[in-house]
Amino acid sequence: MSAARMATGPEDVGIVPTGVANLEAVAAAFRRLGRTPRLLDSATGISSADYVVLPGVGSFAGGMAELRRRGWAEAVRGRVEQGRPTLAICLGLQLLCEESEEAPGTAGLGCVPGRVVRLAESCRVPQLGWNRVAAPAGTVFLRSSVVYFANSYGLEAGPAGWTAAMGRHGSRFVAGLERGGVLACQFHPELSGKVGAGLLKRWLDESPGAAAAFEPRAQRPTLAAAC
Amino acid sequence: MLNVRVIPCLDVRDGRVVKGVRFDNLADQGDPARLARRYEREGADELVILDVSATAEGRVARFETVGRVRDEISIPLTVGGGVRTAEDAGALLEAGADRVAVNTAAVERPELLSEIATRFGAQCAVLALDGGATSDETCASGFEVLTHSGSRRTGVDAAEWSRQAAELGAGEILLTSFDRDGTRSGYDLALIGVIREAVPVPIVASGGGAHAGHMCAAVEAGADAVLAASIFHQGDWSIGRLKDRLQQLGVAVRR
Repeated sequence: MSAARMATGPEDVGIVPTGVANLEAVAAAFRRLGRTPRLLDSATGISSADYVVLPGVGSFAGGMAELRRRGWAEAVRGRVEQGRPTLAICLGLQLLCEESEEAPGTAGLGCVPGRVVRLAESCRVPQLGWNRVAAPAGTVFLRSSVVYFANSYGLEAGPAGWTAAMGRHGSRFVAGLERGGVLACQFHPELSGKVGAGLLKRWLDESPGAAAAFEPRAQRPTLAAAC
Repeated sequence: MLNVRVIPCLDVRDGRVVKGVRFDNLADQGDPARLARRYEREGADELVILDVSATAEGRVARFETVGRVRDEISIPLTVGGGVRTAEDAGALLEAGADRVAVNTAAVERPELLSEIATRFGAQCAVLALDGGATSDETCASGFEVLTHSGSRRTGVDAAEWSRQAAELGAGEILLTSFDRDGTRSGYDLALIGVIREAVPVPIVASGGGAHAGHMCAAVEAGADAVLAASIFHQGDWSIGRLKDRLQQLGVAVRR
């Protein structure tokens, strides 16, 4: 372990304050797991933390504007591209995508191919409550379970290059994504009781270390091969 | 498919849980953090804290209580009481709430709902609507809105107000029947019905629920979640046993 990592220690969980979010609920969930989460306040901090949480309550446009205004967008994108331990929650998952119907013309971080759309109006929107998630075989973090959602928008289909767990609310939507140390949840693990706590613990325990040689490009086709 | 949520409500005054009848004659029910912990363990799907004296005292719900409860529970927490601005809502989120309920201030200044929804998302903006039966002919639905913890009748039609609130961005209606509150005589199904007709957003039924049969009827009338207080505080039903019974009645609940 390098001196720098020794200095921050194994409890280095940083939360990106995306302007508006239920940060305290997220922090409390990690405290219950024996961690001491702290709020991050710089791009360097986002890049260097062992574990980073991108929480999300609010709007797509507001969240992206805040990340860009503070100069944090590239730092978050860099971590996700490298597969370093990063947890995106609810709006956080949507911010990783290319764009959203909620804010036409606002570019997302673009780590996840696809456009976020409004949930089918055949069911109650926003989706508020506990719904079933179906995870495929071979996931590291995500499991089939019942978890808490509070969202009006979602990604319709599992994006290329990511392992997706799916949910259904009127129609199918992406409930969770994982790749390397990156876990993105449309639901709120911090509000999903024991099931959520178990998921957060797996993310902390099973993530490939910050320095592990994860090679995201190897998992998805290059542009040339896809054409 | 979403499960029907079972939500215990902690009416809080001076840092203690209280409960009365028709918002009056409040009696002590215990410590909010201790009750919150018990309810999560028993299987509560969510928790609501209403600071029942905040509006009358001209302040926002006590942050200290919110923080103590937040530390204890890993399920969603909605907090209401004295919220007058989006800043008040933000302060409650910082203290540990996930969603914020507004009542009196939104009736006086409806834009408050859109301000909260724009800043924190519609799922965060909960309209607490206290409704009571009225013979006032200007209230076509037969129900009017009450504010200031039920102490003021407004003459505003409950259905019309809920429709306007949903259009402004309210993502959920916490619908309390003033007439049934604390009476254990069942939810006001007619009130639930008229609000269900008026809005597409989730409805939490509140006021009068005493057993699984009442809750099943509320869901049939259009509620997405059922809230109760005294039956849990006073130990008539554990949430686990209530959910067993709901499941037997054919209501989908999280186990």
